Amino acid sequence: MALIVAQDLKKTFRTGDVSTEALRGVSFSIEEGAFVSFIGPSGSGKTTLLNLIGCLDKPSSGKLLVAGMEVTSLNGTDAALFRGKHIGFIFQSFNLIPVLTVFENIEYPLVMVQNVPADRRREAVEKLLEAVGMTDQRGKKPDQLSGGQKQRVAIARALVTNPDLVLADEPTANLDRDTAMTIIRLMKAIRDKLRTTFVFSTHDARIINEVESVYRLEDGILKPGDGGI
Amino acid sequence: MINLFKIASRNLFRYKRRTLLTLGLIVIGVVSVAVFVSVTDSFKNMMIGQITDSYIGHLQVHRKGYIAAIETLPLNMNLKARAYGKIENVLKDTPGVEAYAPRIKLGGMFSNFTETTNIRLNGVDPEKEALTSPLLMSRVLEGEKAIRKGAILVPELLARGMKVKVGDLVVIIATNKDGSVNGKQFEVGGILEGVTGPGGRDGYVHIDDAADLLRMEEPEVSEIAVRVKDFSRLRSLFADIEGRLAQEKNPAGQPAFEVHTWETLSPFYNIARMIDLMTIFIKIMLVAIVLVSIMNVMIMAVYERVREIGTIAAMGTPPRRILSLFLVEGFLLGAIGAIVGALLSVGIVFILNLSKITFDFGRQTDLLLSARLNPADLIAVVGIVIVVAVAASLQPSFKAARMDPIRALGHV
Repeated sequence: MALIVAQDLKKTFRTGDVSTEALRGVSFSIEEGAFVSFIGPSGSGKTTLLNLIGCLDKPSSGKLLVAGMEVTSLNGTDAALFRGKHIGFIFQSFNLIPVLTVFENIEYPLVMVQNVPADRRREAVEKLLEAVGMTDQRGKKPDQLSGGQKQRVAIARALVTNPDLVLADEPTANLDRDTAMTIIRLMKAIRDKLRTTFVFSTHDARIINEVESVYRLEDGILKPGDGGI
Repeated sequence: MINLFKIASRNLFRYKRRTLLTLGLIVIGVVSVAVFVSVTDSFKNMMIGQITDSYIGHLQVHRKGYIAAIETLPLNMNLKARAYGKIENVLKDTPGVEAYAPRIKLGGMFSNFTETTNIRLNGVDPEKEALTSPLLMSRVLEGEKAIRKGAILVPELLARGMKVKVGDLVVIIATNKDGSVNGKQFEVGGILEGVTGPGGRDGYVHIDDAADLLRMEEPEVSEIAVRVKDFSRLRSLFADIEGRLAQEKNPAGQPAFEVHTWETLSPFYNIARMIDLMTIFIKIMLVAIVLVSIMNVMIMAVYERVREIGTIAAMGTPPRRILSLFLVEGFLLGAIGAIVGALLSVGIVFILNLSKITFDFGRQTDLLLSARLNPADLIAVVGIVIVVAVAASLQPSFKAARMDPIRALGHV
């Protein structure tokens, strides 16, 4: 069953009189439990597409269904609630909250977004700490962690709300090759275990072999023959 | 909610120096206001107590028009026995009245047999006066702390100028309302300390002596001083007594009596009002300090955490939750500053009282400053600071809550 269905998605940015077409009619479908990457050079529209899927932005035209919901019509608050329930995010720069410990960073979405009771929060966080191999580091603050460890925490944080979909924008860009491979394999292993759909963008050729489906974007157009419909 | 407070407090202390500086400013502001209010209020209340308890009383009742003509102490405006009886009935019937005292006020000549000068005198009923003006006898510097028949309490300046001392004989000469002059010999029973305000340098004699001096054929009084049980309820009691006495009309159809609180009888009321104005002004300064410092901190907090705001917004944190997070930070800054300031104020006032600081006011010297922090004032100051702190955080918090996640995540 398709988790994401995009039909003729277009996105145009306007700055004064200048308009830039970031996406020029993109259509694709991603199945539940998929491990998919959008690749392409800088400025090809990868981040714009992920922002649309993540309900952080709205397309200029076209249709986009995520988890059965037409997300293009959601207002700010509804989009936030939808993200909190269905989508987890992993960022290139990890974006951990510096004043919180590893445990608290992972727990954060359950506190601030889903308002889950303490005992259930603890249980969920413990499970994910173990899954990403960070149980021993639970009391550390982000500035005491390496890049790879930070990204592990970010993965756990993205998964703690038990989302249908995890979006990762260039998750390995700030990591060395070995760590990048470890992180991708960790994400894949978690996908295998939890059946969570992973969609990420990258222009890192090193990790493409680890991905099941690759969508190639160039100048806002999905190139045929790479999984696009 | 607890988690929100936990996260907000951690956020506050990620920039320790800035937070401590802001807290310091708030603490200084709160301490300044609380100590100023406690000292000035104590001074004000002490002076009001001195004035009301040593000669004016809390309220005074006169015949209509008496106060307008009080400079001449008009004997033809005295209250006759029947009028006095009516007023007495109203006062006896008012539960909030603790005591009242009739007075005959007169102007006369004071002679030590070699020199003569003018004097203003109060003829009082010693027992009733003691209940109405309990501090009157504390003003006796020398001699007996009593007003007995045949004796006079002489104001200290007059005693010094006329070179009279306790036990000396003096003569008081007065003209009664019919214009006939009479004199009466008195023994100086005591020397009375002067206090600030009109009537603060009057002499005192027994009411029977005053009536005798003025050759009153039937009892008359110039004023009735009233003491209330609860000073904080003075205004309502005043309105009650005034309303009931207003039913008594004079032949012109106007109220026969007039009632005044100490406020209209003593010029110190203007000083008290100035003190109140200064208190308001210093509170406005506190509001400005809190407003500027907290707004500054919160604007910086939002500016420095744009990416973080983008991250939590992307994760699905509803805008109102982001708003709450920043409002709680402002609230905590205000609350911590206000509470620390309040505790420090209590300590400073305690030390001030231990130090037994004295001051002079007018002719009164060595008045002991006994600062007292009114819990209601302290709660009000803490409340003001917290409300202003939250208000100052509103704009930055709204800005954070309305932030576009994509722009915020892309912020460098």
